[in-house]
Amino acid sequence: MQGIRKTFPGVVALDEVDLTLQAGEVLALLGENGAGKSTLIKMLGGAHRPDSGSIEIEGSDAKINSPQKARELGISVIYQEFNLVPDLTVRENLFLGREKSSFGFLKSSDEQAEAEALLARIGAKIDPGELCRNLTVAEQQMVEIARALSVNARIVVMDEPSAVLTVPEVEKLFEIIRELKSQGIGIIYISHRLDEIFTIADRTVVLRDGRQVGEEKLSDLSREQLIEMMVGRSMEAEFPTRESDPGEEKLRVENLNRGRRVRDVSFSVRAGEILGFAGLVGAGRTETMRLIAGIDRKESGEVFLNQNAVEISDPRHAIRARICLLTEDRKSEGLILQHGLVENFGLPNLSGFASGLFLNQKKERESFADYTEQLRIKISDPDQEAGSLSGGNQQKVVLAKWLVQNADVIIFDEPTRGIDVGAKYEIYQLIHRLADEGKAIIMVSSELPEVIGMSDRIVVMHEGRKKGEIENVADATQEQIFAMAMAD
Amino acid sequence: MKKLLSNYGMILVLIALCLLFSILTLKRESPTGAASSDRMIEQVTAGFGKEEIILAVGAANKESGEFAARVASGLKEKGWSATREVVGTPRDLRQALDRLQEEGGTPSAIVGSGDVQKWSVWEKIGTDYPAFAGVREFVPEAKLWPDFLKRSNLLAIVDRIVVIAVIAIGMTMVILTGGIDLSVGSLIALSAVIGTLVMKAMGGLEAGAGAVFVGFLCAIVACGLIGGGGGWLVSRFRVAPFITTLAIMMVARGLAFKLTGGFSIYQVPKSLTWLGQGTTLGIPNTVILLVLLYGAAHVFMSHTKYGRYIYAVGGNEEAARLAGVPVKKVIIFVYLVAGICAGFGGCIQASQLNTGAPNLGMMFELYVIAAVVVGGTSLSGGSGRILGTLIGAFIISVIQNGMNLIGFDSYTQQIVLGGVILGAVLLDRIRSKAAISAA
Repeated sequence: MQGIRKTFPGVVALDEVDLTLQAGEVLALLGENGAGKSTLIKMLGGAHRPDSGSIEIEGSDAKINSPQKARELGISVIYQEFNLVPDLTVRENLFLGREKSSFGFLKSSDEQAEAEALLARIGAKIDPGELCRNLTVAEQQMVEIARALSVNARIVVMDEPSAVLTVPEVEKLFEIIRELKSQGIGIIYISHRLDEIFTIADRTVVLRDGRQVGEEKLSDLSREQLIEMMVGRSMEAEFPTRESDPGEEKLRVENLNRGRRVRDVSFSVRAGEILGFAGLVGAGRTETMRLIAGIDRKESGEVFLNQNAVEISDPRHAIRARICLLTEDRKSEGLILQHGLVENFGLPNLSGFASGLFLNQKKERESFADYTEQLRIKISDPDQEAGSLSGGNQQKVVLAKWLVQNADVIIFDEPTRGIDVGAKYEIYQLIHRLADEGKAIIMVSSELPEVIGMSDRIVVMHEGRKKGEIENVADATQEQIFAMAMAD
Repeated sequence: MKKLLSNYGMILVLIALCLLFSILTLKRESPTGAASSDRMIEQVTAGFGKEEIILAVGAANKESGEFAARVASGLKEKGWSATREVVGTPRDLRQALDRLQEEGGTPSAIVGSGDVQKWSVWEKIGTDYPAFAGVREFVPEAKLWPDFLKRSNLLAIVDRIVVIAVIAIGMTMVILTGGIDLSVGSLIALSAVIGTLVMKAMGGLEAGAGAVFVGFLCAIVACGLIGGGGGWLVSRFRVAPFITTLAIMMVARGLAFKLTGGFSIYQVPKSLTWLGQGTTLGIPNTVILLVLLYGAAHVFMSHTKYGRYIYAVGGNEEAARLAGVPVKKVIIFVYLVAGICAGFGGCIQASQLNTGAPNLGMMFELYVIAAVVVGGTSLSGGSGRILGTLIGAFIISVIQNGMNLIGFDSYTQQIVLGGVILGAVLLDRIRSKAAISAA
């Protein structure tokens, strides 16, 4: 790709970007959110067309003007949101749109054989007859990869493939990527996790504000240099430091149970303390938090707030008890994307903003403006749609709406998922500030460095059970947590 | 201003339609209003003596007749006691002139409305009655004025849409939560039938306004309970709103026929017509009703927390639940309101027609949904405005009315109306797409 330029009304999304990809190479495409990565790969996938610049594949000029054309040219893009039909089987999804048939009748056995071959090629043990609905996220991703390969792809683009995967699943993904490499396929890999980049990628192209700011071999770069390239300034540390001084016990849960995902979970958290929850995806951490916040009903167990038992069976009860949960899935559970920011901010707090029967919208707006400034939320208009904000700012709006409640216990579930490096640091600072104000913080995260870097104490969960606690976080290692999770 | 237009962009369409129909129905006509009769009286009193004979002539229609009566009574009041009022057909005028000739009187002036001027008796007054050749003719000066904008026509537009517009309030709330209510058309019939049956039981034709009130109340409560019950099914058992309300639609229609044995109920008190046909302080009650109901609904939706909750449930039910919104109660509430509105609509319909019949409101659910959608509310929930719905309802009514005036047959009207609904939805899609790509 040479001299690629793309403008959208009012913004230049990409300007003079060059990118080359060798066969059998893994190229990491890096940059903060909004740097133009997505726009660039959408051009490869045929979803956008460049305003100027050219794309050449194996020396010949390529005009990618539709997703079909991209497929013909051997380019497969695996987007962040999977494009599988949940109620079709793996095989049907693999061949969706190019079914094998003769005289209009499907040749299922041919498809079955080819599906098995494709899945075997990436070492996935998935039954092609299974409904996609029943697959884990990791398995769904493997199906996506298999589908990408099924069109004889020469170039595979993966947009944050590891965001939803656990550590062993990421390992598995890397094996597949190495296998594809050895078959001479070029791979463009996008991720916010720097550890992964250094593990899997050969070279990196870094974008910032639509411009290419660097192209380096990863073996020549340090982690700090890479972050500096992405953010455009040097960052002293990935995590802010803080002196923790926990107070009284705030929240205690005893023997929580629900199905197979939450089994006999007990723990407590003190005021001013950050309690980290580590474990694999599916370890039951999110499910445990949902019980505490009243989103799901617990089967048994008790929750104590300030040593008093509280009954929570509805989110309203939790809010009344001043416990709030910032869910892992901001887009479907935290915000109403097509509604304005003020509306989203006000939703749990309307009783406080009402005078008599009617809403005091002035008060609501003033309060929002207040938090916008406090949390340094970057917005252009208080009424803009929540969906138009970047991940970091969305997270801040969700946080703001709960801060109005003056909650004592704040549960963060994957607080930095999909948020870029610079904004992550700000979220960390906010979490610290809340802890310093004496709030009890629970932080669930699948990024082990984040759990270790942020927590005062760590609970490790696996398959619905609490497997242990780490008091001495300063000396904790990823291996230790891992071993704890896997221990019998 | 920009925000207003983006929220209520359809008002431009409504204005454009009104302009279009005004231009298409432009006619040169002499006015018959109070101002023109006053001017006639002025001219006569200025030019003629009190003893002189003046004829005030009007045709046998409301406007022209009232015009003549006003002129006659106005002149008599001022002392022109020889004034004669002639309202009726050309034959009536000829008889009046014949009588005058027999009596030997001579009219000095003859005042008439525009349509009377075209009668041949009027035109040939000088030749047929040579004695009257000197009579001075007074006709209000003709003006260019569209039929569409006549007071009577504007009121007809309101009359035609009031039932749909009232029900559309409840429907907007339901659709804002992402639901749909197909039962409202049948509930119109059930409400009208229940209401009139109660009135019949309380004395029928002889009963007073109290019976009407009790009848209406019973009808509205019954429809509210049915609507709320549907909402309970939707929220408690997660039955699809389409299916739930489809079933209610059938049950309610069947009930309406069952209760009446298939016949209309005519044994109703006189005061039944007050709501749908009466006026208060000269303003039709239907207009007052629309203003009050839409005003209240608008305030409720945009200035109370419950209104916000309705938007939130439609925007993202799970996010709303997690934010502490009582989602189930909100859903029951909107179907309850939809039922109450439908019940109220049935009462208005019964009042307009002065009867309760089990076949009322057929297909009305679709017109109501069309009004909501044309008004800019998204069928997927979460976005839309109450006042937009009012505009949508008027767009539908104006199109029907305008096409009637121009003389389109009802089949063509259906085709055009269908096209307009499609157009409105397309416009909405294009606009929201533009909004997304601009973001």
